[in-house]
Amino acid sequence: MSGINYRNVALFGLVAVLLIITGMVQSWNTALGILNMGLISAVMALGVNIQWGYAGLFNVGVVGFTALGGLAAVLVSMPPVNEAWAAGGARMMLALAIGVATIAAAVLAWTRLPRGALRVVVMIAVLIVGFILYRAVFDPARDAIEAVNPSATGYLGGLGLPVVLAWPVGGLLAAGAAWIVGKTALGLRSDYLAIATLGIAEIIIAILKNEDWLARGVKNVNGLPRPVPYEVDLQAAPWFLDLAERFGADPVSFSTIFVKLCYAGLFTVVLLLLIWLTQMALNSPWGRMMRAIRDNEVSSEAMGKDVTRRHLQVFVLGSAVVGLAGAMMTTLDGQLVPSTYHPLRFTFLVWVMVIVGGSGNNWGAVLGGFLIWWLWIMVEPIGHWLMVNVITAGMAEDSALRDHLIGSAAQMRLLTMGVFLLLMLRFNPRGLIPER
Amino acid sequence: MDVLNAIIVLANFVIVPATAYGAQLALGALGVTLIYGILRFSNFAHGDTMAFGAMVTILMTWALQGAGITLGLLPTALLALPVGIIVTALLLIGTDRLVYRFYRQQKAKPVIYVIASLGVMFVMNGLVRFIIGVDDQRFADGERFIVSARTFREMTGLDEALAIRTTQGITLVVALIAVVALFWFLNRTRTGKSMRAFSDNEDLALLSGINPEKVVIVTWIIVAALATTAGVLYGLDKSFKPFTYFQLLLPVFASAIVGGLGNPVGAIAGGFLIAFSEISVTYAFRRAANHLLPEAWEPDGLVQLLSTDYKFAVSFTILLIVLIFKPTGLFRGKSV
Repeated sequence: MSGINYRNVALFGLVAVLLIITGMVQSWNTALGILNMGLISAVMALGVNIQWGYAGLFNVGVVGFTALGGLAAVLVSMPPVNEAWAAGGARMMLALAIGVATIAAAVLAWTRLPRGALRVVVMIAVLIVGFILYRAVFDPARDAIEAVNPSATGYLGGLGLPVVLAWPVGGLLAAGAAWIVGKTALGLRSDYLAIATLGIAEIIIAILKNEDWLARGVKNVNGLPRPVPYEVDLQAAPWFLDLAERFGADPVSFSTIFVKLCYAGLFTVVLLLLIWLTQMALNSPWGRMMRAIRDNEVSSEAMGKDVTRRHLQVFVLGSAVVGLAGAMMTTLDGQLVPSTYHPLRFTFLVWVMVIVGGSGNNWGAVLGGFLIWWLWIMVEPIGHWLMVNVITAGMAEDSALRDHLIGSAAQMRLLTMGVFLLLMLRFNPRGLIPER
Repeated sequence: MDVLNAIIVLANFVIVPATAYGAQLALGALGVTLIYGILRFSNFAHGDTMAFGAMVTILMTWALQGAGITLGLLPTALLALPVGIIVTALLLIGTDRLVYRFYRQQKAKPVIYVIASLGVMFVMNGLVRFIIGVDDQRFADGERFIVSARTFREMTGLDEALAIRTTQGITLVVALIAVVALFWFLNRTRTGKSMRAFSDNEDLALLSGINPEKVVIVTWIIVAALATTAGVLYGLDKSFKPFTYFQLLLPVFASAIVGGLGNPVGAIAGGFLIAFSEISVTYAFRRAANHLLPEAWEPDGLVQLLSTDYKFAVSFTILLIVLIFKPTGLFRGKSV
């Protein structure tokens, strides 16, 4: 980086101004809420930018990797449910081990046996026997676990560790899923990876919704432990009351803002660390190699680079970052609600962030994360206001069309984001902060 | 042992629904595969194109019903279908003009088209939600059953019944007409032949004086017809909900890839393959098994391989298997 690019600083300044205006017009609570999700969105956009910007890989399964991060938050931080473990924990672990062993044996059979009809038969036989065994152990274990106090627990619980540990674990889980997808779909046409990631995301969401023994499914897991203090404790702490008095603020509203600031601090540390790492990687020989592969696969291959392997590497890395962001988001929410993982809301919004911000540029992705998140939140009230005061202003109060239009203002978001993406792609494909 | 009843159960819960679903998927996959063959990209907006076409048809159906015009025993939606197709075709041609044509002139990489199609998907999805809302809409009217469970029992005297809904019958008939018309068009007409030539070898087609813009417009019109028909048939058979159509994208893509992207015959075969696997893997075979096995062996469980919530896992697994072992698809589509 040579010198400071004032245009870029101005763009980040613009985001700051937008947030400050939101804080002054609406409330500081809303502004900080947007800031926190903006930080998380920026991390997600960084992850997607690693895949798209560094290597040209097209991942439309962001929502799945985000959800895996959320699962990690539950599995790491919730206290274990001892009755459930006693009821079926060991059997469940055995069942999962059988599942893994079956797949490993099938892969082994396929790779080790000589070509021909025999290996097909052996592989299918291994899979069928394995599946029957797996279901025989799995079904009773699942029923036993889910029968333990279903209204409050009914799942195995987690490890009871600090929730911040879940962030790297979320990254690991997402990396594992990415490896499976990448291993099969990379090296083929670029759209195949897109379709495969779309599929794995659907499946991850389906698992989260239906496997009650794992994370309670649609019954949701509430009350995840926090890495920051609780408002109630703050309001009782003398030092905090003292601080509030010094600012002349009401302790109750100040405590919610204080908690949000704590989160913002944590997320900022993660984001800065990731930006530092990604910038280092981008400017290292490895980064140059990745961009060379992206720009011309054939010549890179001629230079002896294993393109498919590098793609797999960068795909796994990027997905891990997305998983990390997913764990951070669930930590911020304090609950895991599988039904909120909507592909349009996650996958495609993150893509808008990366394209608008500037693909291939980490700062661009971060800027896109903040800006688009702000827009996403703000389009709805702005759209509503426009509908009420401008578009339907001349209509009669009881007009059915007016009601319908105002009622649908919430759907304006998708339309706006789509138009944004298309305009950006057409007229400024390099984004707000282009790659150097 | 009661083989006949077991067959009836299977036919009722697996074969008939899977045939109808397969026909709907095949129509969807044909659209995807045509776009891939001519315009050379995977259109992520296809699910929402289906939703848009179905939405226009539903609005037209309501208008017709409001005016007191119905088709009697058949659903009124069939009468409204041409309007849906025309409006969708206009939308798609407009989209091509505004979005895709620019990238065609730029000779952009396929992945750029895919991202552009994401943007189009957003806009279409927003339009549909904006106009008709996110809720379930039912618009099937007319006679509900071709053969109802009761008539079937009275006719045959069997314990189990085979019910065939009108929508299932219509799906098959309409899909058959659409496919025959498509293949006639592609193989017999001049425009169809020029489309195939364009798909096989673009440069050669251009050299022999084929107008690419005309080919592209005809493709979008055919895609609009296929997508709208698929969307309306699916909506008649189940119900219309915008989000379901977005989720159909995965099985539709899987069908097209399994058959071989760019190959129309493959798309049809892929559609039925995906539909039959999806339904038979997620169907609980207990009732059929109870008829076949002696009483002592009757199963306790549902004899269901996967719960219906995982139906997407089936298309995904088939997709993965094909990608690993035969990336060009069963019917040899375009090269990988």
